Amino acid sequence: MIWASWSAFFAMGGYAFYVWGSYVMALVFIAGEVWLLLRRKRTLLQRLSLIQRLSAGEKDETAS
Amino acid sequence: MGHGRRIAYFDGIRWVTGLGNINWFKYASPVTFYGLAGRMIPWFSAAAAVLAVAGIYIGFFVAPTDFQQGEAYRIIFIHVPASWMSMFIYVVMAVWAGFGLVLNTRLSSMMASALAPTGAMFAFIALWTGALWGRPMWGAYWVWDARLTSELILLFLYIGFMALQAAIDDPRRADRAGAVIALVGVVNVPIIYFSVLWWNTLHQGSSISVTKAPAMAHIMLTGMLVMAIAAWMYTIAVVLVRVRCIILERERHSAWVADLVKEAK
Repeated sequence: MIWASWSAFFAMGGYAFYVWGSYVMALVFIAGEVWLLLRRKRTLLQRLSLIQRLSAGEKDETAS
Repeated sequence: MGHGRRIAYFDGIRWVTGLGNINWFKYASPVTFYGLAGRMIPWFSAAAAVLAVAGIYIGFFVAPTDFQQGEAYRIIFIHVPASWMSMFIYVVMAVWAGFGLVLNTRLSSMMASALAPTGAMFAFIALWTGALWGRPMWGAYWVWDARLTSELILLFLYIGFMALQAAIDDPRRADRAGAVIALVGVVNVPIIYFSVLWWNTLHQGSSISVTKAPAMAHIMLTGMLVMAIAAWMYTIAVVLVRVRCIILERERHSAWVADLVKEAK
């Protein structure tokens, strides 16, 4: 362990704002990208399935 | 109508594969690629997570304090991998866009579109972490230095590419217009890379080079490379998820997508 204590770790030798500001922003962007992408995939599949059900319903109506 | 488009597409593929029967073009078919990409995503995601944890551990708990920069240098473990990715993704995007333009393969253009948001994100992270590193070291968050300015132009090129594609309704026209921006903008990448040599800049030179021994301690270099490979794995995983979405959006009228949606229910 190169750090004397956890508080020394969080203080980053006086550069806490710069070091944690970098890492937190990177984490926010990466987590945000993954979240947006998974949401896009989910809504896309829901929408495609809805369109399919609606068009299947139309076909049934014209058949009867 | 969807059927006709599909036939025309497979004729295109057959024409390409006919040039010497190269069967790697099998994966140029969105149907085949969709399945292949789906099987690869979990592996790349897992590799990205494991490598990122290992890289952060090396960066914060193994690598010693820098004798000149103190703890502030630890920003390097995201700054350098993010900068590399932002440049590399741009080149890969331009290559795919170029293939799409010349060979008229739709999947290539879809790959280019899938890469752009992740490239833009890495360009932003590179600029953000660079600003937070520049402030304690140079005394300024931002200077109009060649390296910084050319990286900012890279971010604008990504944004321009995405905005242009979003503004055009017809996907094939959007692909071609995007390819032009991507290919013209690629000249900026060597400018970013060599800016520290060509101009007298505040930004330091390359941390590692092919011809010289690395200008940094081995353990720091190891941490940085592990983080760089993690960024690679992350990029591949995320881009494959995104290209699958784009494939579904564009092929939504085809029979295979209908079957896939039916099965998913």
